[in-house]
Amino acid sequence: MFPLKSKKGEIFALLGPNGAGKTTLISAICGLCRQSSGTIKVNDFDTLSQYKETRNQIGLVPQELPLDGFESVYNSCQFSRGLFGLKDSRDHIEKILKTLSLFDKRDEQIFGLSGGMKRRLLIAKALAHEPKILFLDEPTAGVDVSLRRDIWKLIEDQKKMGVTIILTTHYIEEAEQLADRVGIINSGEIILVKEKTTLMSEFSKKTTFIRLSKKLKDPSFMKKNKKISLTENGMTLKLVGINNTSNELQSIVNLLSQNGIAFTEINTVDNSLEDIFLDLVETQ
Amino acid sequence: MNIQAAITIYKFEMARFRRTIFQSLVAPIITTSLYFVVFGAAIGSKIESINGVSYGSFIVPGLIMLYLMTESINNAAFGIYFPKFVGSIFEVLSAPVSSLEATVGYVGAAASKSTIIGLMIFLTSNLFVTHDIKYPLVMAVFIILTAITFSLFGFIIGIWAQNWEKLSIIPTLLVTPLVFLGGSFYSIDMLPEFWQKVSLLNPVFYLISGFRWSFFGTSEIPIALSIVAILSFMAICLLIIAIIFKTGYRLRT
Repeated sequence: MFPLKSKKGEIFALLGPNGAGKTTLISAICGLCRQSSGTIKVNDFDTLSQYKETRNQIGLVPQELPLDGFESVYNSCQFSRGLFGLKDSRDHIEKILKTLSLFDKRDEQIFGLSGGMKRRLLIAKALAHEPKILFLDEPTAGVDVSLRRDIWKLIEDQKKMGVTIILTTHYIEEAEQLADRVGIINSGEIILVKEKTTLMSEFSKKTTFIRLSKKLKDPSFMKKNKKISLTENGMTLKLVGINNTSNELQSIVNLLSQNGIAFTEINTVDNSLEDIFLDLVETQ
Repeated sequence: MNIQAAITIYKFEMARFRRTIFQSLVAPIITTSLYFVVFGAAIGSKIESINGVSYGSFIVPGLIMLYLMTESINNAAFGIYFPKFVGSIFEVLSAPVSSLEATVGYVGAAASKSTIIGLMIFLTSNLFVTHDIKYPLVMAVFIILTAITFSLFGFIIGIWAQNWEKLSIIPTLLVTPLVFLGGSFYSIDMLPEFWQKVSLLNPVFYLISGFRWSFFGTSEIPIALSIVAILSFMAICLLIIAIIFKTGYRLRT
């Protein structure tokens, strides 16, 4: 049993380094790869013995751009819908194409579309049969900032409509922006699954930078404290994981004063989801 | 059963046929016409009639079979290989489509295309030779069975092939020689005894012979044997396809 469950109407971000098994996991759920062992259930339906029921609920946007370039945009969406046993619905497909700014291209051959348009078309095709669960395998890989924002909006819109979104991404910023929950996968194993806000607060580490008024020549006085390091050619002290409640920062400031070291600026930043992700993967 | 999915795949594949209608239909018609000019008029005029049938008429069933088999294989192989090649096969594999529904869609479309081409060749032959068909119903059954069976075979080749070379290697190196050596353009009675026996090992010979029987009422072997041969080949192809889908061979990673 893979220890991963998604909730209805949430955005679940699956993060992991290259080769961690994100795409393999999605492929196993969607029936693209052979499942050697274990059980995958989609809303209580088994993906092997009840594959029709499970696949009916799923829309998949793959990582690559696997499209039949000779077909028109509209017909391609219609093909996707038909595979799910649904008859042509011009209204539904045109609505999706309008949402994804592809309506004007509906009669054009896919060959003629730009990379960004092809990416949007794959999303349109995945939505053509009105899925309950949408798998997006790195949907914004290689797209420009503007399109990335458009895709994010579309994902949020789908969530509002009650669609469960499962997203894999290399862009941690994307997960930070969109996800309700985050799962981290490495070497084929789920390391952790948590609400994004819980994850951020539990693993939160503050980093404080103290800008010195002049270059520190003898840092021996702070060598005992492993949380402190000297950066920028001795002009800045970097304090990682300083606990606000234990007056650690005050102690360090006092230490600097006792050693006659002046400073010009103190700046504290929270670590990002990216830092948390890297910490978790590297400590594996 | 997801009949709509089978219809969708069928329509999608037929749309590809329509997009290339000129290449799909005109090329076989021109080539067939050349066969009739060369074999029927030029060489055929020097050959005596075979079992009371003029040589020009004799080669019609063989020519139709030649195209029916090769087009069935090529259409079905390309139909499944192309989505594999561009990656769009993921759509069919991740949709609620059973192996039967996918096979009906792809093979049905390939068989329809080759049947249309076969009929066009038959109509073209009427421009060069006149012939009455003795058993038109049997002819229709043979065309349909051959188109379906060889489309099933082509479907297997399309799944098996991992590159364009493999896609064409079996039709080129195996099927075309078998069709040419299966009596498309001659009666095996015209061969020395040894080669007559060798011809009996060629499965395509049974199909061409049976098909020719539907035209002229005569053939080298009993018609029942031809029907058994085609049904046996169909059963083998269906079994292989069932195993392919069961195991996911070269479809699922």
